[in-house]
Amino acid sequence: MMKILAIDTSNEACSAALLVNQAVDQQFEIAPRRHGELILVMMQRLLEQAGLELRDLDALAFGCGPGSFTGVRISTSVIQGAAFGAELPVVPISTLAAIAQGQFRREGHRRLLAALDARMDEVYWGCYEVGEDNLVELCRAEEVCPPERVEPPPGPGWQGVGPGWGIHGDVLANRIGSALEGANPNGVCESRDIALLAAAELAAGRWVPAEQAIPVYLRDQVTRVAKA
Amino acid sequence: MRVLGIETSCDETGVAIYDDRAGLLAHAVYSQVEIHAEYGGVVPELASRDHVRKTLPLIRQVLEDAGLARASIDGVAFTAGPGLIGALLVGSALGRSLAWAWKVPAIGVHHMEGHLLAPLIETPAPEFPFVALLVSGGHTQLVDVIGIGRYRILGESLDDAAGEAFDKTAKILGLPYPGGPELARLAESGDPKRFRFPRPMTDRPGLDFSFSGLKTFTLNTLNKELAVSEDSQRTKADIARAFEEAVVDTLVIKCRRALRETGRRRLILAGGVSANRRLRERMDAAIAAEGGETYYPRPMFCTDNGAMIAFAGCQRLLAGQTEPLAFHPRARWPMGELPPV
Ligand SMILES: Nc1ncnc2c1ncn2[C@@H]1O[C@H](COP(=O)(O)OP(=O)(O)OP(=O)(O)O)[C@@H](O)[C@H]1O
Ligand SMILES: [Mg+2]
Repeated sequence: MMKILAIDTSNEACSAALLVNQAVDQQFEIAPRRHGELILVMMQRLLEQAGLELRDLDALAFGCGPGSFTGVRISTSVIQGAAFGAELPVVPISTLAAIAQGQFRREGHRRLLAALDARMDEVYWGCYEVGEDNLVELCRAEEVCPPERVEPPPGPGWQGVGPGWGIHGDVLANRIGSALEGANPNGVCESRDIALLAAAELAAGRWVPAEQAIPVYLRDQVTRVAKA
Repeated sequence: MRVLGIETSCDETGVAIYDDRAGLLAHAVYSQVEIHAEYGGVVPELASRDHVRKTLPLIRQVLEDAGLARASIDGVAFTAGPGLIGALLVGSALGRSLAWAWKVPAIGVHHMEGHLLAPLIETPAPEFPFVALLVSGGHTQLVDVIGIGRYRILGESLDDAAGEAFDKTAKILGLPYPGGPELARLAESGDPKRFRFPRPMTDRPGLDFSFSGLKTFTLNTLNKELAVSEDSQRTKADIARAFEEAVVDTLVIKCRRALRETGRRRLILAGGVSANRRLRERMDAAIAAEGGETYYPRPMFCTDNGAMIAFAGCQRLLAGQTEPLAFHPRARWPMGELPPV
C-alpha cells in the first residue's frame, strides 16, 4: 500500500493531496500570499481524516518548480522540514508535468504543451506525452524563453494547458500552428497530480533525501544589476 | 528545554541548539558574503536561493556536533522578521514544518530581540533591567529593557544605521565589501588627530542618532585631501580613524546619557557594530567611570547567528508562548509590538 503526501505552493493556488493506493484526497484553495497560513493546516487535516501519522507515509512529494521563486521555496522548505523531521524520502515533481497530468486526467488529452507565465515576457515551457501507464513523460527539456521562441513539438495533435496560455495564448498558438488542437489556460498545478506522478517515481526508486529537495527555477539569471 | 534556533533573515544562515539548563550545545553559521561581494551588497533573490540549500545541512551538522538525537529537541525557534521577506520565508517554513513533524512547539523570533538578548547567553549574564544599544547593519536603537518583551525605545537613528554608515563610508574609501570590519582594520593605523569629524546630534538633548551626514563629510574630506596629498593610503587610514572616532564618540555620549536618564547601571551592546574593538574599549571606560557595567556577546554572536534565536525562542517557549500551525514572517516588525513574557 503506497501512501504519499504531496503539496504545491508554486503559484497562486495552495494545495495538498494524500494518496493512499489509488485513492486521492485533496485540499485546494486559490490563496495568493496565504500559503504560509494554509499549507501545514491542509497537510495536517488530510492526515487526520485518513487516520494517519506523518511517519506512516512512504514519501513526501512537492511541486519543485518552475513557478514563483518564493512560492516554490515555500513548498521546498516545508517539505525539507517535514521529510527531515519524519525521516521520509522526497520526490520532487515538475509543476509543468503536474499541469499536463491534470489536463489528461480531466480531458484525456495525450499530447500536452504546458505553459506558465515567467514574467519578463517569457514562459516556462514543457512538452509532455502520456505513456501506456497513463502518466505524462517529458519529451524534451523544460525551458524558459520568450513565447515566440518556444520549441514547437514534433508531429500533430497537441493540447495547450496552463495559465501561460492565457497571457501568451496568441503568440504561442501562432508558434505551434496547425499542430495545436486547443488550449486550456485554466488548468493549474494540483497536488493530486503531483502525488500520482510521485508514486510512480518512488516505485522506480527515484527519490532524494530531504537536503536534496531543492527548487528547479529554470531561470538562473536573476540579477539585472551589473556586477561591481 | 532544548531549542533548535534557525536564523535566515539576511545573508547569514545560522543554526544553534540552546538548552536552558546546559546552555549552548552547538552552533554554526554559514556566511553568504562571497556570493554578494561581487555585487557590492546583498542580492535578495540570491540570498533566498542559498538559504534553501544551506539551512537543512546546517541543522544536521549542529545536531551531530551536539551529539543529539533528533527526538531530544523540545522546541524550534526561527527568525520571523524583520528582514528580507524571501530569506525569512525559508527559515520560517522549514522551522515551522520541522516542529510539526517533531510534534514540538514552534516560535517565531524577532531578529532584533535575538540581538538584544544575545549578551544573556554569556557568563556573567546581565540582570534585568538594563539599557541596550543595538547597533547593526539595519538598526541603531537605544532601548530600556525591563524584561523580555518589555522594551521602551529611548532613541533611534533618524537615517542611516551605524553599521550602514560604516559600510557606506568604507565603500567611499574604496574598501572591499562588507566594509565595516575592513574600515575598522584600516582605522587601526590611522592618526586620530589629523581630521576631526562632527559628532552628529550630540550638542542637543535627546537620544536619537543621525549618521548619514558622516558619509558626505567623508566624501568631501577625501576629495579635498586627495587633490593635495601625496600619500593617499595614509590619508584614507586617517579618514577611517576620524570616522570611527566620531561614531564611537557619538554612541558613547548617547549611552551615558541614556543611563543617566533611566537611572540604570547596566548597559549591554549588541548587533554587528558592537564587535568593534575601539567601541568596546571606549564604552567600557566611559561607563565604568560612571559606576556602571557593560556587557557584550562574544564577537561571533554580535553579527547574525542561530544562537541568539535559539536563546530568545527558548525564553518565550518557556513562558508558554507558541506559534499556530502556520508561518507568516514580516519584513517590517516594530519591536514594541512584542508581547511581554
Ligand atoms: N568591527 C566592526 N566595526 C564596525 N562595524 C562592524 C564591525 N563588524 C561588523 N560591523 C558591521 O555590522 C553590520 C552587520 O551586523 P549585523 O549582522 O548585526 O547586521 P544585519 O543583520 O545586517 O542588520 P539587522 O540586524 O539590523 O537586520 C555591518 O554593517 C558591518 O559593517
Ligand atoms: Mg542582524
